[in-house]
Amino acid sequence: MTSYVIKDVAILDGKSTDIVVKDGVIAEIGKGLTADQTVDGSGCIALPGLVDLHTHLREPGREDAETVLSGSRAAAMGGFTAVHAMANTNPVADTAGVVEQVWRLGQEAGLVDVRPVGAVTMGLEGTALAELGAMADSAAAVRVFSDDGKCVHDAALMRRALEYVKAFDGVVAQHAQEPRLTEGAQMNEGVISGKLGLAGWPAVAEEAIIARDVLLAHHVGSRLHVCHLSTAGSVEIIRWAKSRGINVTAEVTPHHLYFTDDVVESYDPIFKVNPPLRTKADVEAVRAGLADGTINIVATDHAPHPSEDKDCEWTAAAFGMNGLESALSVVYETMVQTGLMNWAAVADRMSVAPAQIGRVSTQGQPIEVGSPANLVIFDPRASQEVDARKTVSASRNTPYAGRTLPGKVVATFYRGKPTVLNGELNA
Amino acid sequence: MKHLLSAADLSYEDAILVLDTAKQLAAATEQGVGKLPPLRGRTVVNLFYEDSTRTRISFEAAAKRLSADVINFSAKGSSVSKGESLKDTALTLEAMGADAVVIRHNSSGAPHRLANAGWISGGVVNAGDGTHEHPTQALLDAFTLRNHLRNGEGDLKGVNVTIVGDVLHSRVARSNVLLLNTLGAKVRLVAPPTLLPYGVEDWDCEVSYDLDASLEGSDAVMMLRVQRERMNAAYFPNAHEYSNRYGLNVTRMNRLSESAVVMHPGPMNRGMEISADVADSQRSVIVEQVANGVSVRMAVLYLILGGSESM
Amino acid sequence: MTHDFEPQGHVVLDSSDISRALTRLAHEIIERTQGASNLTLMGIPTRGASLATRLGDKISAIQGSPVSVGAIDITMYRDDLRSRPARALLPTTIPPEGIEDRLVILVDDVLFSGRTIRAALDALSEHGRPQLVQLAVLVDRGHRELPIRADYVGKNLPTSRSEKIQVNLVEHDGIDEVRIERES
Repeated sequence: MTSYVIKDVAILDGKSTDIVVKDGVIAEIGKGLTADQTVDGSGCIALPGLVDLHTHLREPGREDAETVLSGSRAAAMGGFTAVHAMANTNPVADTAGVVEQVWRLGQEAGLVDVRPVGAVTMGLEGTALAELGAMADSAAAVRVFSDDGKCVHDAALMRRALEYVKAFDGVVAQHAQEPRLTEGAQMNEGVISGKLGLAGWPAVAEEAIIARDVLLAHHVGSRLHVCHLSTAGSVEIIRWAKSRGINVTAEVTPHHLYFTDDVVESYDPIFKVNPPLRTKADVEAVRAGLADGTINIVATDHAPHPSEDKDCEWTAAAFGMNGLESALSVVYETMVQTGLMNWAAVADRMSVAPAQIGRVSTQGQPIEVGSPANLVIFDPRASQEVDARKTVSASRNTPYAGRTLPGKVVATFYRGKPTVLNGELNA
Repeated sequence: MKHLLSAADLSYEDAILVLDTAKQLAAATEQGVGKLPPLRGRTVVNLFYEDSTRTRISFEAAAKRLSADVINFSAKGSSVSKGESLKDTALTLEAMGADAVVIRHNSSGAPHRLANAGWISGGVVNAGDGTHEHPTQALLDAFTLRNHLRNGEGDLKGVNVTIVGDVLHSRVARSNVLLLNTLGAKVRLVAPPTLLPYGVEDWDCEVSYDLDASLEGSDAVMMLRVQRERMNAAYFPNAHEYSNRYGLNVTRMNRLSESAVVMHPGPMNRGMEISADVADSQRSVIVEQVANGVSVRMAVLYLILGGSESM
Repeated sequence: MTHDFEPQGHVVLDSSDISRALTRLAHEIIERTQGASNLTLMGIPTRGASLATRLGDKISAIQGSPVSVGAIDITMYRDDLRSRPARALLPTTIPPEGIEDRLVILVDDVLFSGRTIRAALDALSEHGRPQLVQLAVLVDRGHRELPIRADYVGKNLPTSRSEKIQVNLVEHDGIDEVRIERES
């Protein structure tokens, strides 16, 4: 196996050093090191490979939007070395058979760890539990369960799910959306929805479910994960729950750190997403929550859609945004350049913490000799204008198209193998 | 003017120009001129995704009186989940050489997409989109108000307009609040709290839940259509209670000042938001609104298509 | 467009010249129409309409009976509609007598290419069929592009195409005068 030396790269203590990657692990760290191939890391920062807890790979069922392979490539380009593939495929990932298929496709692609997420309920229908134990015991070793896209809104069913997954150290990742309060909802309910005549998705529809779920988790002593939290009120509830010792973790997406709902005034469905883009006050609150650790992780909610599902009128368009390739740049711009977080915090929110929540033992490890060589080398001095036509994902629905984002992934190492080199996909 | 998508697109000068142009066109109609020549050789497409015979006929009459060729494209039902997408329809219209597309769509913002997505090069006129806007309705309302209250001249400075009913789902109310403000009028919205949009307190208008307290001082009362289905979604208990609290009946009408007028964008639910006596009373300008609709739409089409294409 | 021209230029008709020219036109019209009772003056807005009103006043004063005066906007009948963004429409006023079987005299300030008059004839035909249509202008500056001539001319002003004739009237410009301006 070819060995690589990354020269003069900054690691989290801020010092510039060389890192040698060999046989799948970090073999040496120090000055003046050599290897078969050299990667120039000067001016760059090395982070543990990013772990996404929330990715839609669309396979099986919507291979026109994304496949496990194309999504793995997009993930590698974004600096990820592990992704969690959401269960809302067709067929739904609610049996051991489907999760093993996705897991196997991930192995074949070989660019990131593809960790299937299992559905909480059969067919995501919210009425009967899926075979949670069978999925946990399968080759895919599922630990994260979610009906993402739909909310497990039946309180009794949610309680049972939270209890049941304790048997195999699983976690329920809730898509918090009270369904009756969001019938036909198109965007954040606020001044702008009123003006645009688009049905509103009120913050309370998210907050009410989160409040209920943290109380349920407390009652049954389970751990709970809250998907793509988007409102200031949600941050408050999580903060309160944690102060009470409730075992809850939460994620925020890059787009909820970046955009406010006024972009919807264009009626361009590229900005249509669920949960919707919120107000400036919400963006400030989720940034502060991520910085102080109330929100544990950044997860992309990468949701690829074919162009016909976005090149249409707003209400006809699909919800969702691509996110894998831009995530690190967006976090850099919104959290690091603003002074809210340092690189150590970025490593925690995007690698260490998501690996812990997902129970992915080989990911999110410190950059030290002997660790698995899952690494991303990021050049913060670069910047790039996002061109939707050049996405690696099979879909083009990036909301950052035409915008310039700071930084660039120069290299990604997955189990010692470069999946990205010189900013280009190496696969 | 390249498009008319929202009443907010109209500056004060634009709005006055549309009203003044409509006034001259209305005069021509009154003088018996059946057909005017300025849109000869222009093609106007009426692209209607919702049944709205009255609005379509109004636009059709307006375009034809200006000598445009008119193509009616009725996409009954919805293109949303089946059949041709709005984009493909737009590309077809572009290929057919449409100079302007008048669009009525059940999706808020569809006219904006049509105008800005790069699918077509012609002008776009919003003939009502979802629960968003209906700018030509606001223009015809302003035109009617100006005729009655300002002798057909100038703006509406100091005019008090009370808009009553289902503001939440009303594109007419949204466009009227914007345009009437532009023209200097004062707008008050009256509705049960359930039928007011979130954030309405930030709009440029007064808001009240009490119709009786809002009648005095109103120069015009505009009643909005309330769909009976709304009571099934718990916006109000039943039609009877709605009518009692928010309907305009003769007793309430008689409390209006002598010169005040009663308006309704139609189609009316007689007995629900407006009693038959009120609808047919001397104060009612509802039939006039319909006639003015043609003149105002002629003005909009003339201003969009009557000059050079490059703006 | 006025900024294309030098602001100076010279006055070719002053207030009293204009008044005299209109008086003469009034007399000529009465003479040529033999005091016809079905006379209607139709001015072409903006300044032609004001001139029609003035001419009507003079004719009424001379013959001692009122004369029917209206205005006909030609904007939508122009043959160069597409050369500029949509133009504002101007008022058309048809007198109560109408124009059917009337002796209609179109009134305008300047006769140049003749295209305005062609448009006016089209516009007029939408309102009825006059017995006879004639044309009165304050200034004829030549350079016709259509087979049209005026029946009554206040002043013939030979010009070059590069010159501009500016008619100012009290009703619109605060002063009565006709200027020739040379393109800079």
